[in-house]
Amino acid sequence: MKPRRLRRAVFARIPRAWLTPLAIIGLVVALAWIVVAFTASSFIPFSPTEQSLPRLQPPGGEALLGTDGLGRDVFSRLMAGAGVTIPLALLLVAVSTLVGVIVGAIAGFFGRWVDEALMRVTDLVMAFPTVILAMVIAASLGPSLFNAVIAGIVVSWPQYARVTRSLVLSLRTQNYVVAGRLLGYSPLRSLLRDILPNIAGPVLVLAALDIGTAILLLSGLSFLGLGAQPPTAEWGSMISEAMRNFDSWWIGVFPGLAILTVVMAFNFLGDSLRDILDPTSQTERESAGVAHAPAQAAGSDR
Amino acid sequence: MSDLLQVEDLVVEYGGRHPVRAVDGISLTVRAGEVLALVGESGCGKSSTARAVVGMEKPAGGAVRYHGEPVPPLGLRTRAAALTAMQMVFQDPNSSLNPRKRVAAQVADGVAAARARGAGGPQEAGHWLEQVGLDRALAARYPHQLSGGQRQRVAIARSIAARPDLIVADEPISALDASSQAGVAAMMRRLCLDAGAGMLFISHDLSVVRQIADRTAVMYRGRIVESGATEVVWNDPVHPYTRALLAAIPRADGKGNLPQAPAAEAPAEWASEVPEALERA
Repeated sequence: MKPRRLRRAVFARIPRAWLTPLAIIGLVVALAWIVVAFTASSFIPFSPTEQSLPRLQPPGGEALLGTDGLGRDVFSRLMAGAGVTIPLALLLVAVSTLVGVIVGAIAGFFGRWVDEALMRVTDLVMAFPTVILAMVIAASLGPSLFNAVIAGIVVSWPQYARVTRSLVLSLRTQNYVVAGRLLGYSPLRSLLRDILPNIAGPVLVLAALDIGTAILLLSGLSFLGLGAQPPTAEWGSMISEAMRNFDSWWIGVFPGLAILTVVMAFNFLGDSLRDILDPTSQTERESAGVAHAPAQAAGSDR
Repeated sequence: MSDLLQVEDLVVEYGGRHPVRAVDGISLTVRAGEVLALVGESGCGKSSTARAVVGMEKPAGGAVRYHGEPVPPLGLRTRAAALTAMQMVFQDPNSSLNPRKRVAAQVADGVAAARARGAGGPQEAGHWLEQVGLDRALAARYPHQLSGGQRQRVAIARSIAARPDLIVADEPISALDASSQAGVAAMMRRLCLDAGAGMLFISHDLSVVRQIADRTAVMYRGRIVESGATEVVWNDPVHPYTRALLAAIPRADGKGNLPQAPAAEAPAEWASEVPEALERA
């Protein structure tokens, strides 16, 4: 009796809008990969770098997913690879969100020449194709995973700056922001208390959707030899190494599937997050019995 | 008594090369303990006047003086504490409250402004909610959990919690449903007079204005065409526009006849200057 009531209480608290199939699949797969990323070293049967097994074993034998051209266990490398790519992708997204929000908020709030200067810098970065620019930066810094993350941050912060700036611009003239200023809010306080909490939603959605892109970028740079260096187990470099043994399909297919599932999972999550944070879908949220006045603002007449 | 607010030949323009002149040289004063109503049709410049008074718009000409000092535009600088005694109530209660802050925190902002200025008064949000006729329990709610009328009352509570001596109310009742309009307007007058503050009350609802305003100024196309004591303007309008405006108020005549809308039948006549229509007592 009790567990069922508990379960019902838990589910009742989750708004219906969250329980779409895509949201659940995304959440489960993404969480599974994150758990793998942080626990892989404790359960993998072989060292991801040790070349101890027979070369090019097909899947199903001693090595669950076969071995690669240097006699390393593909399964162990796959699991260890999650621990390399996913935390770094999250770090990449977190840092570029932080940088972008700070730059965009300053540009949008202070306007004038500050805005002009900061936005021309973002234009400069955004004028180049993302992947090409990341390759150039990673190559000039020297190939390593850390430098690939730096390159990723450099190419991805401008989009956060742009979005944050436009949101700040639209909120700056909102009446509640003006009301705060009339009550003596300093610009910084207005930004932190009135504006940023109200733009967190869209920025979080953008960040969630960007995690998949960040994983692709890091794997892509590693595939090109600009990110993870051998013998590090990284999905992109595993695919790259697989090209040398083209007949042994298992070496490249499994890392490819790993990238596919994790990128899709984070994209599903981002999409669901966007739907959840969409104000028009909030009818199920918060306490019941509250009438929702039309959110449409009546045009102020001048 | 000295004037709280003096507006002299105020001009407000929008746009760059070919600006639209929303307010075309108006003058008015608000004294402590009185309610001045500014009425007129949509687009006549009422809201622009209000925005210029609090500093949201930079006047293109003329002056706005509060306690004898010019009001600085609301730019990037923090408002001086003395200026937080001038508060504004906005037209749309949906956009004048921060959706991510609880009611208690919004009202506390007003209290903090009063304290920063050295004005005493009750500190708790609940007191101010009761002042505007709301239950203390609403303090824990978010704005989207309130009705439109409750939201506007919260916005008013936040304003009066700042212990203002001048309230600029920009159509504070037009977004409310008909049943609560008169009540909220009367409450605003009472709160204002209790605090000894003055109020610039902007509205297009003439019947409400008659209930709460000591003086009335009628605006048409950016100019004040008639002004004076509310009863005088109401009972004996001399300007043709005021007459047309007052004639358009629906009255029950028992026959189901609706008044003629004040269509633009005589715009030239309405825009005419009638010197004796100003400053009527």
